[in-house]
Amino acid sequence: MLLNLVARLGRATLALIQAAGSLALFALEGLSHIVRPPFYGRVFFGTFLETGFFSLPVVALTALFSGGVIALQSYTGFAQYHVQSAIAGIVVLAVTRELGPVLAGLMVAGRVGAAMAAQIGTMRVTDQIDALTTLSTNPMKYLVAPRLLAGLVALPLLVLVADVLGVAGGFTVCVMKLGFSPSAYITSTLNSLKAIDVTVGLVKAALFGFLISLMGCYYGYNSKGGAEGVGSATTAAVVVASILLLAFDYLLTDLFFSQ
Amino acid sequence: MTSALPKIRIRDLHKSFGSKKVLDGINLDVPQGTSFVIIGGSGSGKSVLLRCILGLIIPDSGSIEIDGENILTATDKRREALRGEIGMLFQNAALFDSLPVWENVTFGLLARKRLKRPEARDHAGTILAQVGLDPSVGDLYPSELSGGMQKRVGLARAIAATPDILFFDEPTTGLDPIMGAVIDGLIVDCVKKLGSTAIAITHDMASAQRIGDEAAMLYKGQLIWQGPASSLMNSGNAMVDQFTHGRREGPITMELRK
Repeated sequence: MLLNLVARLGRATLALIQAAGSLALFALEGLSHIVRPPFYGRVFFGTFLETGFFSLPVVALTALFSGGVIALQSYTGFAQYHVQSAIAGIVVLAVTRELGPVLAGLMVAGRVGAAMAAQIGTMRVTDQIDALTTLSTNPMKYLVAPRLLAGLVALPLLVLVADVLGVAGGFTVCVMKLGFSPSAYITSTLNSLKAIDVTVGLVKAALFGFLISLMGCYYGYNSKGGAEGVGSATTAAVVVASILLLAFDYLLTDLFFSQ
Repeated sequence: MTSALPKIRIRDLHKSFGSKKVLDGINLDVPQGTSFVIIGGSGSGKSVLLRCILGLIIPDSGSIEIDGENILTATDKRREALRGEIGMLFQNAALFDSLPVWENVTFGLLARKRLKRPEARDHAGTILAQVGLDPSVGDLYPSELSGGMQKRVGLARAIAATPDILFFDEPTTGLDPIMGAVIDGLIVDCVKKLGSTAIAITHDMASAQRIGDEAAMLYKGQLIWQGPASSLMNSGNAMVDQFTHGRREGPITMELRK
């Protein structure tokens, strides 16, 4: 009984280590193809548009409403202690350090990460990836490397937009609903904001973008078993990317802001 | 001396997946310019053999030579260059559904930078005409084509770079008999016109006889018979005869759970 339990635990640990190793090798190979020609600019540009431009509406709306919600929630708490003047600072710090990158990352994981896994997974189960190989095209170079690069570049740009709109959401609620002075709100926002806040947010975004693309490509590339396999790969890509994103968010926050 | 060298030579090829032996000591010579057909039931190892030759699956042991060069010991770069001399028609055509037909047809040429995009567009029209499709089909996407048209586009992609070797994986599967005959006719025309060496795997006997000069039968990972494709229906081998005539009774038994 006990031996069985230990054996199961051992097997699970080995499987986890094997999966982590396989993922690390996949990531390294993908990264190595980013800097080695030939480069597939069209694939990169297409994925960049899909990730950056076409995710704009969903990220923009999420950021706008989140900024507004933080302003409202902060007001209900801060009003008791008459420190409403801190709300602008709270909103801008929460948005640039955390909510911008995390919410944009989660939205993009659901939208683009899932699409990447489904697209590459379908290519795998319909022999399109084998067809690429027979046409003297390295699938890692053609399918994976441009997507990793697109995620790495597009998400920071999306997060910049999310930062601005998140602050705008807080501003709108405070000015239109809570009666704050517009100029005082803007001054308080600018006084609270430091370059490091935005920089760390963008670093997080770049890492999240890379992780989302990596998970989409990895699970899609290794999918098998027809439609069901592609479905499982898509689910796994989104779930694992979301968990990793939150875990790395904590680690980076601890690294930069724990003092 | 060189003329005696087979285009493709396979020696003692083995491949297992876990405890299941899929290829069990395959020896095969395919002379230059020959159209070779491999028949066999589902799960007999036909597709695995083809994928080993293409380098999509690494065999456990043995050698695969193309023009005397063992591709299994070649560098990745050399293997990629060798693939440039090979065209492949996949069972379900395996067209890239995110690209229009003309880009599918000229994908290999564009990837190897042998053509620029405007030239490739024109070249695709010419190749599509060779497989009986109107050049305007080039602007459509694979999802807009019928199964027969997809197969023809797949054939166009396979021959676009005028390869030395052509592989066909179940070229008539899923097609009606007339469209199957059309595809076979196109395959024969393309192989003759290019002077290529071809290997087709199929379990469609009519197709095997139309396409092939030589034929072999694969059973449980071994080549159990080889001879002219014209003698497939009266090979003198009890297993081949049972298979080609589709007889239920004979030396080949299906393991069915009761």
